[in-house]
Amino acid sequence: MAQNIIDVRNLSKSFDISSKEPGLKGTIKHFFRRQTKSLKVIKDLSFEIKEGEIVGFLGANGAGKTTILKMLCGLIYPSEGSILVSGYLPFRRKENFLKNITLIMGQKQQLIWDLPPIESFYLNASIYDLDKFEAKKRIKKLSEMLEIDEELFIPVRKLSLGQRMKSELLAALIHEPNILFLDEPTLGLDINAQRNLRKFLQKYNKETNSTICLTSHYMKDITSLCKRVICVHEGRISYDGKLDLLLKKLSPVKEILIVCRSEEDVIKLENSGFSVKNKNKNEITINVENNSITSSLKTILNNFDIEDLFINEPPIDEIIGRVLIKKDYDI
Amino acid sequence: MNLRKYLKVYKKFLHTSLASELEYKTNILFDLITAILSLIGSIFLLSIFFQNDGYIGGWNFEQALIIQGIYTILNGITNTWFNPNLTEIVKHIREGTLDFVLLKPIDSQFYISLKKINPSGFLEIILGFCLLLYCIKINQINLNLIFLTLCLTTIICSICILYSLWFFISTTTIWFVKTWNATEVLRSFLYIGRFPLNSFSLSLRIFFSVFIPIAFITTIPSEVFLGLSQLWKILLEVVIALIFLFTSRKFWLYALKFYSSASS
Repeated sequence: MAQNIIDVRNLSKSFDISSKEPGLKGTIKHFFRRQTKSLKVIKDLSFEIKEGEIVGFLGANGAGKTTILKMLCGLIYPSEGSILVSGYLPFRRKENFLKNITLIMGQKQQLIWDLPPIESFYLNASIYDLDKFEAKKRIKKLSEMLEIDEELFIPVRKLSLGQRMKSELLAALIHEPNILFLDEPTLGLDINAQRNLRKFLQKYNKETNSTICLTSHYMKDITSLCKRVICVHEGRISYDGKLDLLLKKLSPVKEILIVCRSEEDVIKLENSGFSVKNKNKNEITINVENNSITSSLKTILNNFDIEDLFINEPPIDEIIGRVLIKKDYDI
Repeated sequence: MNLRKYLKVYKKFLHTSLASELEYKTNILFDLITAILSLIGSIFLLSIFFQNDGYIGGWNFEQALIIQGIYTILNGITNTWFNPNLTEIVKHIREGTLDFVLLKPIDSQFYISLKKINPSGFLEIILGFCLLLYCIKINQINLNLIFLTLCLTTIICSICILYSLWFFISTTTIWFVKTWNATEVLRSFLYIGRFPLNSFSLSLRIFFSVFIPIAFITTIPSEVFLGLSQLWKILLEVVIALIFLFTSRKFWLYALKFYSSASS
């Protein structure tokens, strides 16, 4: 059984935030007498993450996802509570700990802007104490996995966003870290680039058994990569568990659109106890509970003359969106 | 600290920043022209000050040229290393890219202080040394090992004091976010270092020696050049340099505890 690689207990973080009233008067007042207040952005979080797991952090803007990631990788000191990552206290930033982790941020870049990415890779390799031969081997392996080749020799400023992100990934993974912290890695990428990146992360996780903590506003990133999600709402965990369970919990029914050969069958279906959402001539849409999908389909196929049938999953964005707003605070 | 690793990384820093700068050839050309014109302008200005009265603060023009030479070397070092790196700290903190530096298994102060170089500053360093060689000739200074060791020690100490001051100010960005103006003020003060400390009034002398030891960093090496400096002054500069380096280091490590990173 996989061991816990991240262990968080009663974690809290407060920031001093200054606020300013609008207008010139507010500006002058703000300049001479700044009013600051302490804001608790992370409140008493506890969770564990096992080695090899891919965990998605979900939450609205400002919910505290990025702050959690930054505390996990040791960039921000926690105000209260304890964090252990791979047996280390992250904020001490010990060399062996830093060699084990990486942080990738979709909106920030570490590549040298005026030079081709390959120069940044070799610079990182020297920082991680890799010799030239080993660095070359890893660059070759990762560039094959990421499907980049010629781009390695073109100045970063001339690369497309997708190519740049792939290069950023390569630069961040050259030391083969065990734990990856990804903060919105697909931000701004087109659909194909997003898909390629997800494919790469899946492959990387499978081949290296690395642990991945991910935040993203693209639901497809979460659904295709994460089996487990941690939902954060106003600094607290509102759900921690399997994504499937969350979806079932939030959307216990599926829609089935049935196209019948005759309007008679539509009427028969309407009167046979199904929950009807709407009907139109020889088409009828019913809501069926997830746990009775198979039996309901059997009944329909055996007893009615069906021309076609569609099972519609409720839009996942809509369901997850409900988690992010206050009314669904306690799931 | 693994010295071999740090040397290897520094070699890479040199390589990447030179390659980056060489991407913009015209910019380098203009920087080189500026360095030459700036030195000519400074010497011209100095000659105007010395035109009527042959002495300022007990220094004649030929002696004052030594200060100009040391100032030019220091300014060259400022333009080669301090300016491209230490002004970048403000940007790193404002934009949150310091995250990448802090997560590298390397000393963060080493990384942010030495990652970039501006090659056009080298010309100023060379010009400064040429001016000093000329001053050695016209002031008929005897070169010997003790003289060279003392000169080198005081110049290194001056570099350390200047670096520490600049680094200290840049570090405050962690709390104040934007301190570009403060580093500009420091650069303006550095101009004062072109003139002998004795040429200022007593109150200014105390200010530029104790509070902002700018005059210290050019005057003492110049005095060493002319054989005018007393040993206690040299030792004092060494002690000040060590205190400044140590304090700026401790201050950086302390400040990092308050780093909150930029929001995403």
